[in-house]
Amino acid sequence: MSNYEFVRTDMLPQQEPPSDTVGVIGWLRANLFSSFYNTALSITVLFLLGSVLMNAVPWVFLGIWNADSLSHCREIFASQYSDGREYACWAVVRDRWDQIIFGYSFGNLEEGLFWRPVFALLFVFVAITPILFPSTPRTLYLATFATLFIYPWLIWGGSLSSYLSIAVLIVAAGYVYQILSKYMISLFSIGLMLVFLILGLWLLNAPISALIHLILPFELQSIPSREISGFVLSITIGIVAIVASLPLAILLALGRQSDLFIVKKLSTLFIELIRGVPLITLIFVATVLLKYFLPKSVNLDPVLSVMILVTLFTAAYIAEVIRGGLAALPSGQKEAADSLGLNYWQAQRLIILPQALKISIPGIVSNFISVLKDTTLVSIVALNDPLGIATAVRSHTDWNGIVWELYAFIALIFWLMCFSMSRYSMYLERKLRTDHH
Amino acid sequence: MSKNGAPWQENFKFSMLLYDARYRGLTIQISVLIAFLLAFFWLANNVVQNLADLGKPIEFGFLGDVAGYDINQILIDYTAQSSHGRATLVGLLNTLLVAFSGCVAATILGVIGGVLRLSNNWLVSRLVAGYVEIFRNIPVLLWIFVCMFTFTALAPSPREFRGADPEASMLFMDSVALTNRGIYIPEPLFSRPLGNIDLGIFFVSIELLLILACLIGGWLFVRKNNARALQIQNDTGERPATFLVNLAAMALPTIIILIALGFHIGKPELKGFNFKGGINMSAPFIGLWLGLTLYTTTYIIEAVRSGIQAVSKGQTEAALALGMRPGRIMSLVVLPQAMRIIIPQLISQYLNLTKNSSLAVAIGYMDLVSTLGGITLNQTGREMEAILLLMAIYLSISLTISVVMNWYNNRMKLVER
Repeated sequence: MSNYEFVRTDMLPQQEPPSDTVGVIGWLRANLFSSFYNTALSITVLFLLGSVLMNAVPWVFLGIWNADSLSHCREIFASQYSDGREYACWAVVRDRWDQIIFGYSFGNLEEGLFWRPVFALLFVFVAITPILFPSTPRTLYLATFATLFIYPWLIWGGSLSSYLSIAVLIVAAGYVYQILSKYMISLFSIGLMLVFLILGLWLLNAPISALIHLILPFELQSIPSREISGFVLSITIGIVAIVASLPLAILLALGRQSDLFIVKKLSTLFIELIRGVPLITLIFVATVLLKYFLPKSVNLDPVLSVMILVTLFTAAYIAEVIRGGLAALPSGQKEAADSLGLNYWQAQRLIILPQALKISIPGIVSNFISVLKDTTLVSIVALNDPLGIATAVRSHTDWNGIVWELYAFIALIFWLMCFSMSRYSMYLERKLRTDHH
Repeated sequence: MSKNGAPWQENFKFSMLLYDARYRGLTIQISVLIAFLLAFFWLANNVVQNLADLGKPIEFGFLGDVAGYDINQILIDYTAQSSHGRATLVGLLNTLLVAFSGCVAATILGVIGGVLRLSNNWLVSRLVAGYVEIFRNIPVLLWIFVCMFTFTALAPSPREFRGADPEASMLFMDSVALTNRGIYIPEPLFSRPLGNIDLGIFFVSIELLLILACLIGGWLFVRKNNARALQIQNDTGERPATFLVNLAAMALPTIIILIALGFHIGKPELKGFNFKGGINMSAPFIGLWLGLTLYTTTYIIEAVRSGIQAVSKGQTEAALALGMRPGRIMSLVVLPQAMRIIIPQLISQYLNLTKNSSLAVAIGYMDLVSTLGGITLNQTGREMEAILLLMAIYLSISLTISVVMNWYNNRMKLVER
């Protein structure tokens, strides 16, 4: 019998994968041309993208940076490109970038005041480090506390001592509370501390301020609120709104979660009232109505009143974020605090709030992003935020007719700020989520 | 004393209001209420005092006075001789118009975008992601400005349509004129009109009511027909064909009425310096609508994406195992379940869009803020009344939207045992 059976005795070597499933071609096939439908979609999108970029890229990159006015720009286009088309006139950004960022008050580079907002922002970065990165030393919280007073000093100017004396009084009030709370229930000691603080601000502020001025005689050129403008105004309103609204928001969130009927209803009423109306109506209230709500002797300038109303607005939204954080805590935490014999405020301060606030940080960051974006609304009531300045520049004779260049510049800066913050908030959310598992 | 087991009772002491947890809550609530009322009366007293000093007590009579200003886009009859109250109503309708069109457009684009965001086509999903990241991180007011100014800068002026060899021409067989003053689209006209019904505040044309009645009647018939078909399917297993009957029920009566009324289309025409006839969507409306839509779409895309991703993968795999096609899996299995997660987020985006529509005042679209809170306020000097009314109206719009959408949400919710 002939032996036609064949038995392979050695292993076949592993074969390369088909050449059209690896490398660039394989990636393209899998991601762009996997089916007829996908291929059609890819080609349409590529075509559309190409036609948009064909117009946009030359407009951006062939733009002129060196010119005095829009008409000068147009002369340069005519002489340089001679195709009759218009390109970007970036000269307006080169001419006015300092105003848009630092505003009319700090923007004049020759006067050399622009270091003040720059340093103020640096202080803010130092201040938020211990909050954003819990691994950093806790002594940095001192810097956070100091920034609460140094930031306004750098922006508004005046004597450093008037800001420091408020800081001294607040620290003193803290000590008063600690001493009092050994002898009486917290409700009384909080009340007495507030009385001490108000009396102190009223009576002791001037002498303490004068005393500090003797030791630290630092004074900066004072800037009236209504002259703060540009991105400095946007960022200042945003920071003031977030920082000032946090205590109010915590109280509102606790109030809405509490068992006390009247407290709960009042908190809910405030939060829903504020969340039900557009911010622009609240800004109108700030600029038009606030003077009617206050006695005649109080004279608020528009920027400060806008800050107050934006703070109330932010407080309502952050209260909801914190309420979410409170609701996310397992009820065992509160029961454990109860069983240790902590009273309500001790339990909140030591057990509940530290955890609830930690969960709420991503939400607070995204609220900061929306407040920062919403600050552009103040241009409607004629405050000079970046959009207000852009309108002013566009109506200047030199730059009349500029449309996109200024808005592109402002949009780029807003985008850089908001995008980086939203990325941070997403990173934090991921980190917090893995903590639980 | 306590021989018969009566509960031991402590005499009430005033210190218990503070030290006894049973009564302390009451003390705190009453003191909060008193503080709130004091603050409220202090503010109210200041207002009354300040307004009395200026000699203008709070009264809403100014709403009946002649407004004396023109509004560039109106949905109901309005002239400069109408009252401030009427101007407010026109503004309110304009607000509702732009909010409604914005919500519809943003929902459609958002659902498409959300599905495309999850497409396995790398280019498309990256492109949608880029769009979302660019648009949501830049203030909506800036987008409204950019849309508005881009539209007015790029669209041709009405002048360019004139002449034997015009630089610009109308679109869609000379029926739509795209100019920098707005878009003019054809309007429906009737050569044998039936007139209007006066509802006191505005007129409603009888033709519109008739057509609506036909459509509603047709829809009721379709529902009944579908129920009958379902019944037959349940009984016999065979579903009778319903599509043609349904189509006829919806379309035929309407078409008959349209022909009977002499329906024709009125095209916009260039007369003098501008287009006349047709429906005018003014440039500020287009700018506001585009800006709001493009901005809100990004949030809806994210809502749809997170909703779809929240549906467990097993659902898709089970549907694949049953042999369903990808398109049907999306529409029949995934989306209905994702809707429960998407809808609450949609509600808050609709609310945001409605509130953001108040930015109309920045580009001169005559919405509620521009009429009541803008020109009316400046002309009458009634700041307190105008702004309080403005806030009250917005509050009721927001509350209405959230009530309606919550009702819908409750209907859609998974019924759990």
